[in-house]
Amino acid sequence: MTDSAPIIEIKDLKKTYHAGDVDVHALRGVTLDIRKGEFVSIVGPSGSGKSTLFHVLGGLTPATSGTVSINGTDLAKMSDQDRTNLRKRTVGFVFQKYNLLPTLSVSDNIEIARDIAGNTGPKDQKFLEVLRLLGIEHRLEHKPRALSGGEQQRVAIARSIVNSPAILLADEPTGNLDTENSNNVLGLLRDLNRRTGQTILMITHNPEAASYGHRTVHMRDGRIVENEIQVL
Amino acid sequence: MVYKLVLENLKHRVIRTILSTLAIGLGVTMMLTLVGVSRGMLEDQKRRARGIGADIVILPPGSSAIGMRSAPFQEKILDVIAKMPHVAMTMGTTLMPTSGISSLTGIDYDRFQKMSGGFKYLEGGPFKNADDMIIDDFYAQQHKAHVGSKEKIGGKEWNICGIVESGKLARNVIQIKVVQELSANTGRLSVLYVKVDDQANLQATVDILKREMPEHPVYTMEEFTSQFSVNTLPELKAFIGVIIGLSVLFGFLVVFLSMYTAVLERTREIGVLKALGASPGYILGILLRETALLSVFGSFAGIAMSFGTRWLIATFIPAAMTQDIVPEWWPIAGAITLVSAILGVLYPALKAARQDALESLSYD
Repeated sequence: MTDSAPIIEIKDLKKTYHAGDVDVHALRGVTLDIRKGEFVSIVGPSGSGKSTLFHVLGGLTPATSGTVSINGTDLAKMSDQDRTNLRKRTVGFVFQKYNLLPTLSVSDNIEIARDIAGNTGPKDQKFLEVLRLLGIEHRLEHKPRALSGGEQQRVAIARSIVNSPAILLADEPTGNLDTENSNNVLGLLRDLNRRTGQTILMITHNPEAASYGHRTVHMRDGRIVENEIQVL
Repeated sequence: MVYKLVLENLKHRVIRTILSTLAIGLGVTMMLTLVGVSRGMLEDQKRRARGIGADIVILPPGSSAIGMRSAPFQEKILDVIAKMPHVAMTMGTTLMPTSGISSLTGIDYDRFQKMSGGFKYLEGGPFKNADDMIIDDFYAQQHKAHVGSKEKIGGKEWNICGIVESGKLARNVIQIKVVQELSANTGRLSVLYVKVDDQANLQATVDILKREMPEHPVYTMEEFTSQFSVNTLPELKAFIGVIIGLSVLFGFLVVFLSMYTAVLERTREIGVLKALGASPGYILGILLRETALLSVFGSFAGIAMSFGTRWLIATFIPAAMTQDIVPEWWPIAGAITLVSAILGVLYPALKAARQDALESLSYD
């Protein structure tokens, strides 16, 4: 982890959803800085606003108020096209349900992320090393249905970082995995962070999983209630 | 990469792909079969008209090349025309409507043989009795008829006395006197045919006939057969237009339903692509390419099926219909199909492109 300026600066972030006639205040004033190269775990019960925070950070939904700046760019001032570009190049997602495209092979699932980003050249050496690190280089031609949950999640990680995003957002990446596969995936995320300096934000329910990060942010009722630095 | 995704999507739902292809293909087959049947039947009529061996055709006043005819000519007019300069031979036929647009054709056997060069018999021989009928091989195949078989046409039973090679005048012919008697046109003819002594004198003979018979349409055989064309039949042209319109509608509905279902089924995948940074244009491009490929596959399937309809027609109703394969219509039918498919995919594709990424990702 470096002591550089924050790569993510969140100030008094609020997000309200309208569900019929009811307003749901998912985020009620979140302020948080994430430095480049940090691995931050975000924990909290269901409905605490963790996923909403991720969706705002990933440009999947706009904030209601407050500011979110990534690499110095304010998300509030971004158009739809800008947010699409943010997802292409700046933010990578890892989902609980893996979300691989079932019709494509492992290799093509990774390739399509490059294609969407307009990245048509050969894969760089660093990424090939990551593929080896993830242990999926021998499964590249398989379809997702032929892979275990742990393997699918490793492919999803590979896909999320193939375009070298500044930030990796992992939403319950071990939520569907058994203990052994969970430990593997978490270990890989930590290795990835250590070897490549990849900034990672990870949502989890599991305190043990949270301990893999440098810092754990606790959320409740749309607010940050604790910001705890781990001793690794 | 997008093409790979499109192909993999098509392979992944192979039954949907096959059914969509066949359904799109049906529209193409409808167009190609109708055009092929129109062309085939007109060409067959041309071929049979040329097979008569005449150089000039004279029709009753006010009648066109295609259609039913009365029998206004007196038989003796044949002798009058025969005496005109450059006329080598004359012949007349009498037509009797039977059912629908069908008719029985009566011939003067000796004159017909002389003018046409003679029937080529595959079975049996010339007329012997008043109820004898000569049929061609197409008619025999469709009706499974043989020499000695009985055929009921125009409310009367006919005895098949001969089966001849097709290509001369009509699919079935009887003796002219019998037709005249049955239709109460004794001594009268429906169409006159003239053969000239030399092709160089053809136009001069036509000019004389036009001068002498100003009320009657007089055509060279070339002019006569050139009227067996879709362009000279506005009703047929309109009908082809209607079928093309129906094909467009059919293709539109097939693609609309197929792609609408596909978009619903792939809601989550569309969300994933959007989460990866896919723009609405990228999503639109995937669905448009998939539709274009389906319509190309459908066009090929439709062309292949048009060979199937030709085989079916040639096997089961060769006398009633003839279908030509019309390759120049393949790209036209393909283009029409592509346009209708693109129209059909527009709404589902725009719906997919506008889909909210977050909602799509939470779709199960």
